[in-house]
Amino acid sequence: MTIPLPALQPGLWAASSMIAAIVLASTAGEVLTAAAMKSIGDLDEIRAHSGLKGAIRAVLTCPLFFAGVGFLALAFFSLLYSLNHLPVSLVAPASASLTLVTNAIAAKLFLHENVDRRRWASAVLVCIGVYLLAH
Amino acid sequence: MTSMPPIALDHPATLIAAVFTPWIVLGIALLIGYFASYLTALSWADLTFVMPAAGLGNVVIALLSRYWLHESISPERWAGIVLITVGVGFVAQGPSLTERPAQGKELTQ
Repeated sequence: MTIPLPALQPGLWAASSMIAAIVLASTAGEVLTAAAMKSIGDLDEIRAHSGLKGAIRAVLTCPLFFAGVGFLALAFFSLLYSLNHLPVSLVAPASASLTLVTNAIAAKLFLHENVDRRRWASAVLVCIGVYLLAH
Repeated sequence: MTSMPPIALDHPATLIAAVFTPWIVLGIALLIGYFASYLTALSWADLTFVMPAAGLGNVVIALLSRYWLHESISPERWAGIVLITVGVGFVAQGPSLTERPAQGKELTQ
């Protein structure tokens, strides 16, 4: 008979740091990507003028876009890493819902978006909803 | 990912190898389609408009698993579905893009 090895459960600090890493990287990525897309302009209009290839070229020649994608990739690998150590029922809802709120704060600070009461309310509602749904 | 042996930070190559697992390849292909649509939305709308709206995808997943896969949904999850729907309805009521005053106007204000 084999005795199963006790699973190494990361402590509270380790778990929080893994989730914080995902949230920080994905917020930085989202904000940089949003800034890049705003600097490029309406993709539908670009596609109407210069076709799908032109639209793809417009995105792929924007350095800010690659900065954003770099952080999003970092967030993705932090997610894979943490899923290897923590249960998905903790990581998925925690990172998805926290990211909504940190993004609202970052969009107000860095993108100067008009985050009014309606948008705060909706960010918080979707945040709680995602947590309940994914938990 | 949990079906794999634990990955240590001092062996980052194992994390790269995980990318070439068939299921992860399929997931990445679908994520590219999602990302293209997401970028197009971000080119004409605010991040704080697009992000909550994209949360509606969670509701679609939950409803698909209920009516297609016949999974049961707990009252807690129904509450989550209602909250996301209300939240998206909230943000959709407002403008999709922050109005930026034209530069000339900004000086006179």
